[in-house]
Amino acid sequence: MIVTKGLRKSFRPRRGAATVDAVRGIDLNVAEGEIYGLLGPNGAGKTTTLRMLATLLAPDGGEATVAGADLRAEPGEVRRRIGYVAQGGGTTDQATAREELVLQARMYGIRKAEALQRAEQGLAAFDLAEFGDRPCKTYSGGQRRRLDLALGVVHRPRVLFLDEPTVGLDPRSRAQVWSEVRRLREQGMTVLITTHYLDEADALCDRIGIVDHGGIVTEGTPEQLKQEISGDAVTIGLPGAEDTAHAERALAELPCVQRLEALPGQDGLRLHVDSAATAIPQLLRALAAAGLEPDHVQLQRPSLDDVFLALTGRPLVHA
Amino acid sequence: MKLARDTWLVYQRQLLLMARSPAWLAVGLLQPLCYLLLFAPLLTSALAASGAHSTADAYRIYVPGLLSALAVMGGLFTGFTLLGELHAGVIERSRVTPVSRVALLLGRALRETTALLVQSLLIAVLAIPFGLTVGLTDLLLAMALLALMALMASSVSYGLALLVPTDAALGPVVNTIAQPLALLSGTLLPIALAPAWLRTAASWNPCYWGVEGMRALFAGHLDAPEVWRGLLLTGLMTALAVAWAARLFARRIR
Ligand SMILES: Nc1ncnc2c1ncn2[C@@H]1O[C@H](COP(=O)(O)OP(=O)(O)OP(=O)(O)O)[C@@H](O)[C@H]1O
Ligand SMILES: [Mg+2]
Repeated sequence: MIVTKGLRKSFRPRRGAATVDAVRGIDLNVAEGEIYGLLGPNGAGKTTTLRMLATLLAPDGGEATVAGADLRAEPGEVRRRIGYVAQGGGTTDQATAREELVLQARMYGIRKAEALQRAEQGLAAFDLAEFGDRPCKTYSGGQRRRLDLALGVVHRPRVLFLDEPTVGLDPRSRAQVWSEVRRLREQGMTVLITTHYLDEADALCDRIGIVDHGGIVTEGTPEQLKQEISGDAVTIGLPGAEDTAHAERALAELPCVQRLEALPGQDGLRLHVDSAATAIPQLLRALAAAGLEPDHVQLQRPSLDDVFLALTGRPLVHA
Repeated sequence: MKLARDTWLVYQRQLLLMARSPAWLAVGLLQPLCYLLLFAPLLTSALAASGAHSTADAYRIYVPGLLSALAVMGGLFTGFTLLGELHAGVIERSRVTPVSRVALLLGRALRETTALLVQSLLIAVLAIPFGLTVGLTDLLLAMALLALMALMASSVSYGLALLVPTDAALGPVVNTIAQPLALLSGTLLPIALAPAWLRTAASWNPCYWGVEGMRALFAGHLDAPEVWRGLLLTGLMTALAVAWAARLFARRIR
């Protein structure tokens, strides 16, 4: 649904100033019905990528096909097939949600009667009916964001671009936006979303591309990424210092164990393994064979935070 | 066809939003009324040199100038409303849709033109009890001329707003253009009073011919050469201004 090859864009902030390479060669291949997340810190080039794909910005190089239309050759066709929700939205304060929905539908060439109907459906589907005839300036952040979403899909696009759809929202509104996005995917829509929230990428996306300095550093399902980078961590609690030393000798030679260390301040071990799912039975077997019985075994999944840190050497939140 | 439909779409929305800000409408009407009621009587003596012997004469010279100034100034400052929409993301939201780019400009410029026409018509009609006399055909032609001037000025203003898209930068640019334009078109005082070199300079002013045409119409000289010359030249300038701004809109707002 979205295929890009070497997409590039640089900006020259002022005449004579040095150019900023905002996007330096992005390759994407997003399948139909997929929620794909671009995860990266401020200034990574996420918005620039989205704006190029939404025909708002001409790429400096590379090629892209969006919903089957070539980005350079037929931008008009691309526009008809996509929806785009900007980072900051784009509603008029004095207009009502219903008016905005009707206008949006009509800008896509939909006739008036049909547009009125679509507006009605949009209000209902995104839980906006209650205040749909009040001016937008009276809406809360979450209500406004839901309207932005409703506007982005009023013409039933095949591909939807969402730029940081939950930034600044409270947890409840965030969850609501997530469930709206999942619902759209169930209807067969392909969604390309940008975010710098790890939990959002983790919870919402089928696949994630990690973006840093205008390029995709790595990509995969949230599970793959976590595994690829750091595997899993397992902690094993043991009854005493002697048992701990004993267990260390018993487990160190196992092929599934990458690294192990004593737990600080208590008796037990912390092990790094490729995959906890296959390693834990082996660990338990090895312990039993050595005549040891653990107090507890605990699995610690690495977060995407670890992934980002491992790839770029910087934590995402402070990047 | 699509252009007409899309322009109508944008225009309708713009009218709706304008109707929603009654404070703005009130100011828009009160301001020129103040000029009309308070300033004009002063002019009877001031305009004696250009042949004003009564209040009616003064109005005949003053009202067309006032209306032209309104059209040009009002039009030139309308770019600031576009800046607001640019910052709110409204324009960007329109740009992702297949809506005609030229319609995004025309719908807005025509909104401004409509507002200025309503304002002007009201002032002209209100001036009648104070002694202004103007024929219906003359008035209608004058309104057509005003519409052209307003369309020209607002197109230029939208174009400028795209070129200089910040409040801080657009202000000085518009002011720099508006001041000489207003003075050198003789909106407030007829340029006939000026020395020869100033009159030569004025004839290069894109608004000058429109103002001359307005004066001729309000003086009841329907068949004066100033009328058709004003309509023709202003029409030409308007076409150029719209084409320039539309091109800019289509290019910047692809
Ligand atoms: N119009 C522009 N002119 C100049 N530089 C720009 C422009 N737009 C973006 N940039 C620069 O390009 C880089 C990438 O910006 P972009 O907005 O794509 O980042 P982002 O990943 O969306 O960040 P954020 O998470 O903050 O939204 C930044 O360094 C930014 O300053
Ligand atoms: Mg961004």
